[in-house]
Amino acid sequence: MSSTLAAASLVQSVDWTAVAPPTIAAVVGLAVLVADLFVPQGKKPLLGWISLAGLTAALASLLLLLDGDRETFCLTSDAGVCSYTADRFTVVIQLLVLAGALLTALLSVTPLKNKELPAGEYWFLLLSSAAGAALLPASRDLATLVVALEVASLPAFALVGLRRGDRRSSEAALKFFLSSVTATAVTLLGVSFVYAATGTLHLTEVAAKLTAVDGDLQTLARTGVALTLVGFAFKTAAVPFHFWVPDTYIGAPLPVAAYLSVVGKAVGFTGLILVTVVAFPSYADVWAPALAVLAALTMTAGNVAALRQQAGRAFSAVRLLAWSSVGQAGYLLVPIAAAGYVDDPADAIGATVAYALMYAAVNLGAFAVAALVARTAPENRLSDYRGLYARHPLAALALGFFLLCLAGLPPGIIGLFAKVTVFQAAVDAGLGWLAVVMALNVVIALYYYLRWTAVLFRAPEDEAPVRAVPHAPARAVPFPLTAAIALTAVAGIVLSGAPQMVLRFSETVLF
Amino acid sequence: MIDISESVMQFLLALIVAGPLIGAAAALLPAPPGLKGESPDQAVLRHGVTVTGVILIAAVVLALGFDHDHPATMQATTDISWIPALDVRIHLGVDGISLPLLVLTALLTFLCALYSYFKMPTGPSPKAFVALLLVLESGTLATFAVLDLLLFFLAFEMVLIPMYFLIARWGGAQRAQAAWKFILYTLLGSVVMLLGLLLIGLKSGTFDMLALATDNGRGLTTSVQVIAVLAIGIGLAVKTPMWPLHSWLPDAHTAAPTVGSVLLAGVLLKMGTYGFVRILLPVAPDGMREFAPYLAAFAVVGIIYGSLACLALAKQGAKGDLKRLIAYSSVGHMGFVLLGIATMTPTGVNGALFANIAHGLITGLLFFLVGALKDRTGTTDLDALAGRTGQALYGKAPRFGALLAFGAVASLGLPGLAGFWGEMLALFGAFRPAEDLSRPAFLTFMAIAAFGTLLTAAYMLIVVRRVCMGDTTERPQELADIQGYEFAAWTPLAALTVLAGLWPALLLGLTDPAVQKLLAGGKA
Repeated sequence: MSSTLAAASLVQSVDWTAVAPPTIAAVVGLAVLVADLFVPQGKKPLLGWISLAGLTAALASLLLLLDGDRETFCLTSDAGVCSYTADRFTVVIQLLVLAGALLTALLSVTPLKNKELPAGEYWFLLLSSAAGAALLPASRDLATLVVALEVASLPAFALVGLRRGDRRSSEAALKFFLSSVTATAVTLLGVSFVYAATGTLHLTEVAAKLTAVDGDLQTLARTGVALTLVGFAFKTAAVPFHFWVPDTYIGAPLPVAAYLSVVGKAVGFTGLILVTVVAFPSYADVWAPALAVLAALTMTAGNVAALRQQAGRAFSAVRLLAWSSVGQAGYLLVPIAAAGYVDDPADAIGATVAYALMYAAVNLGAFAVAALVARTAPENRLSDYRGLYARHPLAALALGFFLLCLAGLPPGIIGLFAKVTVFQAAVDAGLGWLAVVMALNVVIALYYYLRWTAVLFRAPEDEAPVRAVPHAPARAVPFPLTAAIALTAVAGIVLSGAPQMVLRFSETVLF
Repeated sequence: MIDISESVMQFLLALIVAGPLIGAAAALLPAPPGLKGESPDQAVLRHGVTVTGVILIAAVVLALGFDHDHPATMQATTDISWIPALDVRIHLGVDGISLPLLVLTALLTFLCALYSYFKMPTGPSPKAFVALLLVLESGTLATFAVLDLLLFFLAFEMVLIPMYFLIARWGGAQRAQAAWKFILYTLLGSVVMLLGLLLIGLKSGTFDMLALATDNGRGLTTSVQVIAVLAIGIGLAVKTPMWPLHSWLPDAHTAAPTVGSVLLAGVLLKMGTYGFVRILLPVAPDGMREFAPYLAAFAVVGIIYGSLACLALAKQGAKGDLKRLIAYSSVGHMGFVLLGIATMTPTGVNGALFANIAHGLITGLLFFLVGALKDRTGTTDLDALAGRTGQALYGKAPRFGALLAFGAVASLGLPGLAGFWGEMLALFGAFRPAEDLSRPAFLTFMAIAAFGTLLTAAYMLIVVRRVCMGDTTERPQELADIQGYEFAAWTPLAALTVLAGLWPALLLGLTDPAVQKLLAGGKA
């Protein structure tokens, strides 16, 4: 073997097109951080536009990946084993997280302009976290997976605590940080157990070797499989790792809460899908029942807590969205659990992907309208939404539509059919009891979503004499916020007309 | 009757389903120049009349173009793939079972729009009212026209939001609670129904109602059928409503505005019984056979319960609400429909479908009349209305009184009017139920149900005596007789009640072949 060949086998060739989406996000993030040092105070909004452009570019780079599966960072010894894969699953999830980050960025522009948050740090952290979240679905070994999980999470802690001098914000960040770090530590322990049992970190290799684990190591492998799931379950906010959610959402700036509810969850369930379906299919008897129970508990806990929100309490709207997102996480887990009961696990998880796409669009939309209401009612009570239709008819209609999508009731057709695919996955897998639990939860959720929807259209309370200036012109809604509401509403309406656009993922093999 | 090409028929049916939705969207937009009318409110109410009128004409033309020699075959069918991932197809079609319901829905909605044009219910802007009314119409018509299980579910759910807002925004006292109760009961039922529909779809591999009906349950094991019938049956029974799942109905009716009550009783309840006939009977006959005796038992209890509740409300000093009384009478009438379905015989099912239509016409008329009475006197409290001797409508407003009496006797099933045939056929069906069903049990049900007709007659006559008769000199209050627009809105219902009563073959000729085919599972 000549020396040049040996050198070539040491230096991997990197497929830059394949890794473009997370790379662009990361590079732009760094660029913004550096640029922050040189941009004068008055020109800070420029950073926001650079970040938006970066995220758009990252999204656009996904177009290059549509032609077929790409793999890179492969083992020099075995070209079939790679750490980074850009297959359909990766592209769909990257679309979800990058679009989610883009909408979060749109929501963030105005609070940053009003100097509520430090601009340079904010954009850097948001883009870094988005880069991590975009890396995660492409990761095909446990080390990269954990690194991606951390890259997505660490900036998120800082984002939550970014409001300077706000006690609730720092408390929320600390709570989030401590519980998250614990979960990640447990995951690392699980990964090390799995490594000890199999001697490899690559997911496909792990899957192959787990089928033939030495008898003595069986228990170790089993424990490793269970522990690995913990960190990801935490990110999805599954019971019993859900207590951080409401306080963190309230403490965090509203756009960050929106980000956590969509991108944070996407990180969690993507990781869960990768480890369960790709790495541990032979241990389905361990994780599938556990996930099924987890799904049932999560949706029940989230929905029951959301049901108990009092309209008059401070931040009750965000609190309700927080708990409802816990409930929705339960539905997202159902197809993953079902995957453990069917012959080809990769088939079932498409329902999760389809549901997540629907959820991402409408939940971000709901947060966008919440951000709009927060401009005039910073306490964001549910009662502040009373008579929204009279003040902002289109925003009220949009929020009503988003809530009905989340509830799964016409005219939110996409929400209904996304739920149907999840039901279908459960019934297909023979998880009849889970389908029934989910049905009950859907009804509970319908109750509070509808109650909120009804409030929007109620006549505003008679408080005219209290107002100092009765005919004060309503503050113009800033363009980025309008754009965010419009984008999510259009996405929801188009999907309701043509649900096949997302539901097709539920019938195709994504890996 | 008249020859219309198939593509025009397809277009008509698609227009009937989608037209009101487009109309609803248009209602929210500002009126175009030239159609502004006297005021925005008037323009939008007129828009409602126009759209529902067009839909009614389309429905009538569809009925005329319908091949009456082959009512058992699906006609005007459209079949387009919509969501391949779930195998959901936009599959529309009408046969002898759905055609009368389509026409009834289009007619009642048009009459409601017409009535509202002259007598807008008190509440917020008519713009939203018209839009919601049109969405409601679209959902109801779609329920009767679609041939795909998931699409059926979608249409079934589509009516909830508009009906909720119609009650909650334009209703009377206690409207918020009543609207909540309505939507929660129905949702609870329909989520269970969705599970049942999915079970059928997944186990048989198709959501297409025609394919499933042709299969006649052969692709499904008995245990799957039993679970599916239980799940779907609960959802449909809430809507119908079947005793003991009926308790949302009286509240909803009492609180709803007049047109809301008319549509609720006239067409929304029919969606439940239609589902029984269209889905459960042909798709899961084995499961249905298991539950038929129970269904019949509940139906009979409903008949007696509804009648007794009405008797209690009609009693002097009970402070009975007239709207609530008619709502309870609906529970009784729908009991006959369910009994007819439970017999699983062509006679019984035909009776059920006939009673469906008859109830839509008669109860629609009664709710119109009671609503108008409330507008005139300000109350629906029977005691307040009747006073010591009676409201004396015959004396004060003779035409109004006569029409009310007409509605009441039609409702109690006087031979010669529409109410008679459906209930009699349902009882006939129970006299000789399907072969695998216990005849003694059904004979008992028949006897009890027949007793129920007596009770119905009793309370209806009490109502007539207390509202229409009486001493005019007791309270010499002026009461306007029937106005022109009321005459226009009510006459069609009364005329059709007489027509269906005198010429039942008009309807039975349509439904019978289709029912025979459904029960035989596509073999006939």
